[in-house]
Amino acid sequence: MEKAIVQAETMKEYLATVDEIAGKYVDAPGSVIPVLQQVQSRIGYLPIEVIRRIGHSLGVPSSHVYGVASFYSQFRFNPVGKYIVRVCHGTACHVQGAVAISDAICDELNVEDGNTTEDGMFTVESVACIGCCSLAPVIMIADDTYGRLTPAEARKIVREYGK
Amino acid sequence: MWPSTESERTHCGTPCEGYLERDKMATSGVVAEITVGLSSCGIAAGARDVFETFRERLRGQGIDVELKRTGCVGMCYREPLVDVVVPGLGKTTYGGVTTERVDRIIAEHVVGGKPIEEWLIHADGREFPDDAYLAPQERIVLRNAGLIDPESIDDYIDAGGYDALATVLKSMSPGDIISVIKDSGLRGRGGAGFPTGVKWGLAKQQPGDTKYVIVNADEGDPGAFMDRSILEGDPHSVLEGLAISAFAIGANEGYFYVRAEYPLAIKRLEIAIADATERGFLGSDILGSGFGFTVKIKEGAGAFVCGEETALIASIEGKRGMPKLRPPYPAVEGLWGKPTNINNVETYANIAWIITNGAAAYASHGTETSKGTKVFALAGKIVRGGLVEVPMGIRLRDIIFKIGGGVPEGRVFKAVQLGGPSGGCIPEEHIDIKVDYESVTKTGAIMGSGGMVVMDDSTCMVDIARFFLNFTQNESCGKCTFCRVGTKRMLEILERICAGDGREGDIELLQELGEKIVSSSLCGLGQSAPNPVLTTIKYFRNEYEAHIREKRCPALVCKALLTYEVVAENCVGCTLCTRACPVGAVSGEKKQPHTIDQDLCTSCDACRQVCKFDAIMVR
Repeated sequence: MEKAIVQAETMKEYLATVDEIAGKYVDAPGSVIPVLQQVQSRIGYLPIEVIRRIGHSLGVPSSHVYGVASFYSQFRFNPVGKYIVRVCHGTACHVQGAVAISDAICDELNVEDGNTTEDGMFTVESVACIGCCSLAPVIMIADDTYGRLTPAEARKIVREYGK
Repeated sequence: MWPSTESERTHCGTPCEGYLERDKMATSGVVAEITVGLSSCGIAAGARDVFETFRERLRGQGIDVELKRTGCVGMCYREPLVDVVVPGLGKTTYGGVTTERVDRIIAEHVVGGKPIEEWLIHADGREFPDDAYLAPQERIVLRNAGLIDPESIDDYIDAGGYDALATVLKSMSPGDIISVIKDSGLRGRGGAGFPTGVKWGLAKQQPGDTKYVIVNADEGDPGAFMDRSILEGDPHSVLEGLAISAFAIGANEGYFYVRAEYPLAIKRLEIAIADATERGFLGSDILGSGFGFTVKIKEGAGAFVCGEETALIASIEGKRGMPKLRPPYPAVEGLWGKPTNINNVETYANIAWIITNGAAAYASHGTETSKGTKVFALAGKIVRGGLVEVPMGIRLRDIIFKIGGGVPEGRVFKAVQLGGPSGGCIPEEHIDIKVDYESVTKTGAIMGSGGMVVMDDSTCMVDIARFFLNFTQNESCGKCTFCRVGTKRMLEILERICAGDGREGDIELLQELGEKIVSSSLCGLGQSAPNPVLTTIKYFRNEYEAHIREKRCPALVCKALLTYEVVAENCVGCTLCTRACPVGAVSGEKKQPHTIDQDLCTSCDACRQVCKFDAIMVR
């Protein structure tokens, strides 16, 4: 797991966030996943110190917490950009040209699939299925979904967000 | 008998938008109604903006209009959809509504009383081409879809909702309920098709006071969106089915396991659970019966294998979602080691209807062994894509061509993929089969949860096999060697074939590996992962051979096998392609035919996309 560099002050805030969230769950069985989800939604990702703290707070080995976090695709161990661009690669999107959409967006933002742009604005991800199959091909930026795209339209949309 | 319907509506801290309008605008008895479809697909097509524009324009106009929201009626290809009911004119529906169209609809139709003919896709008492989509459908699961406000428990109650729960609590024993469900012939709609009543009976028989019921809403099949639409459009129907199931097996706690990728479904479920609790349909003493039942939502964290029931249970318990050997089945030893009933969203959505209308009414739909209806998500290369509910036993051809309108003009139907990554591709020669569990299985595909992706002559079947295997390979939990390593080796072979490096014997090797993975994997994921490969080899072996022997992709999809050339007689030398090419492979003088340097060309298709003169040929 690649370690992101985090300022000591920021880390302190992160750990306080963990304590606050995990505090609500002590003794609640099955709480590892909801705690990971809430912590990530606040911090944006899960640095190793945060994983350790979650284990400590819930009274489970941090290896267990990391094992769970690394099993599910939702959890990430590196910071993400301001906007996450999710390019749907479900079956319907695939047959309607999702590969060309991914290529266009990565080219437009000059970033590889799965990575974050240097300015920290965008993280581009391929995802399994957003469930808007009849509007394929589809992308999702933040919570907004865009459907029936062409590569040119996809470029235009990410350009708008970059402004 | 129902609790008051006049309670304060402040879900999520803010008053619900639809009601806000109703309270302000409904000043006289007879009002016009404008209903906007606000499900994920509608919103993606712009329905939220349309709804907001209607609200803005109606405000201060002094017209009596009730602005409402509803879920997905299933006509995703026509989104955003708006129903307009003007007293005396019946119900009319507009498709593809944009914010620009709002003013004219209000002025001419709502105020002027004249519907705008050219935008209409439906009007009561008249015939429209889109009727072909809805007319053959029989709606049980989707009975309220597109008709009620999914965030209004009153709408659900007005449509007969929670009658079934009241009936079972008042006058039926758990044994009676299970008999009715058994007699109805309902089988699990998640894919495997196990008889629901039998499953409930097993869980009921188990000793012990603590039992659980779970809704499997981890709809992970790419190409399937039935469960999302049901939860977004009619969440109470699933909740009611779940509560009936809990009463039948003797459970007091239930879980919804929902994909985190479905935020709107989760939000609407939360509202439904809060409202149902407030009205006494959930809680410690439901409708005064003494039966207590509470429900929690667990958000999935992105693992396809968690659609498998034992993996799903592990995930709720906060563990890695890895399947376990069955038996013991969850009915005997499930969540926290207690007897647990798990059904899919669609299965639960059928329950209240069956209780209200009777087992015989349900069993009158469908075939001898597959009763009732099935919801399918129709997508891919199809004219009318969306959600359809049809009786079991309907011909596959009728779903694709009569309801879905076939493939877009100028293309040729090639295959339909059923069952997602666990399913298979059914070619033209088999699409006259009846859609029931047994007939679909005979083709090598599976009924699955209901994803139906149509493919035409521009779809490469080797690429599709590679696509699905890439998916299952990524999602394999790693427990079984054959699934973990075998799928990896199969994927490598398929990637090689698509890259033009296929070898003689590759097809046989894929078949051998596929058969071994099927027989040596613990759970459904591994047991079915090779299906897309095995069925495409069975029906489209010639495409594999073209890739391997002739280094040719007949559908012009596999980039490494494509050659881009300029058709000199069509090229006017506009230089658009020269500018579009990211690698500088296209060159030529202005107003002179261009050429493509084959050594530099990466087959990215950019030149063909920008060319306005059909001057780029691919072969």
